[in-house]
Amino acid sequence: MPLTAAMPTADLAHDEPRPYLWTMNFGPQHPATHTTIRLVLKLDGERVVDAMPDIGYLHSGFEKLGEHLDYNQYVTVTDRMNYVSPMANNVAWHLAVEKLLGIEVPPRCRYLRVIVCELSRITDHLLCLGAMGLDTGAFTHFIYAFNPREWICDVFEALCGARFTNSYTRVGGLMYDATPKAVAMIRDFLGRIPKPLADMDRLLGRNRIFRDRTEGVGVLTREEAIRRSCSGPVARASGVTRDLRRDDPYLGYEDFDFDVCCATAGDCFARYMVRMAEMRESIKIIRQAVENLPAGPVNVGDDARVILPKKEAVFRTIEGLITHFELVMGNRGFEVPCEEVYCATEAPNGELGFYVVGDGTSRAYRARCRPPSFIHLALFPHLIRGHMLSDVVAVLGSLNVIAAELDR
Amino acid sequence: MTEPETIAALKRRFPDLTVSEFRGQTRVVAPPESIHDVLTELKEHLGFDLLIDVTCVDYLNYRGAKDRFGLVYVLTGTETNRRIIVRTFVNDPEPTVPTAVDLWEGANWLEREVWDLFGIRFAGHPDLRRIVLPEPFAAHPLRKDYPLQGRGERHNFPVITRAES
Repeated sequence: MPLTAAMPTADLAHDEPRPYLWTMNFGPQHPATHTTIRLVLKLDGERVVDAMPDIGYLHSGFEKLGEHLDYNQYVTVTDRMNYVSPMANNVAWHLAVEKLLGIEVPPRCRYLRVIVCELSRITDHLLCLGAMGLDTGAFTHFIYAFNPREWICDVFEALCGARFTNSYTRVGGLMYDATPKAVAMIRDFLGRIPKPLADMDRLLGRNRIFRDRTEGVGVLTREEAIRRSCSGPVARASGVTRDLRRDDPYLGYEDFDFDVCCATAGDCFARYMVRMAEMRESIKIIRQAVENLPAGPVNVGDDARVILPKKEAVFRTIEGLITHFELVMGNRGFEVPCEEVYCATEAPNGELGFYVVGDGTSRAYRARCRPPSFIHLALFPHLIRGHMLSDVVAVLGSLNVIAAELDR
Repeated sequence: MTEPETIAALKRRFPDLTVSEFRGQTRVVAPPESIHDVLTELKEHLGFDLLIDVTCVDYLNYRGAKDRFGLVYVLTGTETNRRIIVRTFVNDPEPTVPTAVDLWEGANWLEREVWDLFGIRFAGHPDLRRIVLPEPFAAHPLRKDYPLQGRGERHNFPVITRAES
């Protein structure tokens, strides 16, 4: 295949000729794009006339892989999609698979999944807000945000042994049950997290420089947010009061008392404030879930025929060995209906949905991921038009675009 | 308007729709000629104002499938919070459906992705270019007849040495 310069100019070409405009290449290796995204900016002096995102630098064919890995194996790939909050992706994938298979997970598993989802919401928002501060010149804020992320990584390590790419869920349950030590660590985390959040609030919430750079920048109205398919904090900052945890409850979110955080301004600062407020709501949810954590099994029973037996059983008993064999062999596996489902969760960035098509085998026929970052980066040209070059990083930071999820 | 009323209203306007349900999800299958009208009706009169996803499934080896590609639109209402999945089937050669960008701007990139990975054309799309793959890429890799390891695109990729750059 020849390597030609695929300069994406179609968006810019139909403008009338304005020879004084500059074309600037922002990225793909710019530190403020966080990962590899290229933006072709058309500048009039320092004012951005048009922007043209060019994505695909991290395209790794995850959806194609989903058709070749079985339902449990693919969870390791979902870790790599939004690697800032891998737990949320694990839960989203296995919820979709369980919906296809018609499995209802036990209450303890639901509560533990809620806890890890909300912890990953906090990690995601901490990274987004910290990096947004960093991009707009507040380096200290970034360090304040990254410190508590470390505590959450420690909790994840105690839960499943991995800090970053967790792969914690399994079809019909979790890899491991939470140990008392892990629960104690979550309690300890809940006691410690309010202070750094208050510090972050005091550092940036009323910071003149930060507010000047974010208020009124990248305004998204409610109508545009709906027309452009936004979801999550980006839509809620524009006044779309839609939160799947409340509106389409999954995992028993209706048991918890929490508020849906919204703003009406729709600018970068509103998105910052919504994310800030959501972390406090997440803490509320985790506290309720930890205090009411049900006892009992964490996986569905043997009747569902989806849970792999424990390794001791596989190595020491014939029943365990045969069960393992039956579930792992390519021509055996789960009983999957020839059907398709769409299942969505409220991931930190917005609606993360999986459209799973089953064909009777133990591999998905199609594993479509609806990535929120992809939809939100499509907003970028709309948000940045007419603003200054220095606002590019503020807008990009407030959208929290994760390129690995964007390209998949 | 409840779920059955919505379906009944839709069926009155478009009698040739097939409606099915699985695990509480309503799916509607529309012929490709009327897909745009169905989407318009759902958006304008039945309250499904948010386009969640546009995607495609290649049913090449699927058991019992009669058509090659199934296009999937996932819609939801911001007021009602109900979901509906609208599907349509298209076939080789030149699978084409009308674009939904005039209804939802959010369909723009989603349709570009479907074109890139499945090769389905969206008639009337303002900017139908590849999105994740490079423009000279010859195939549509999420089609089922495309192998997992590719057709030598990486193998044939010219390596630029430091001296040439």
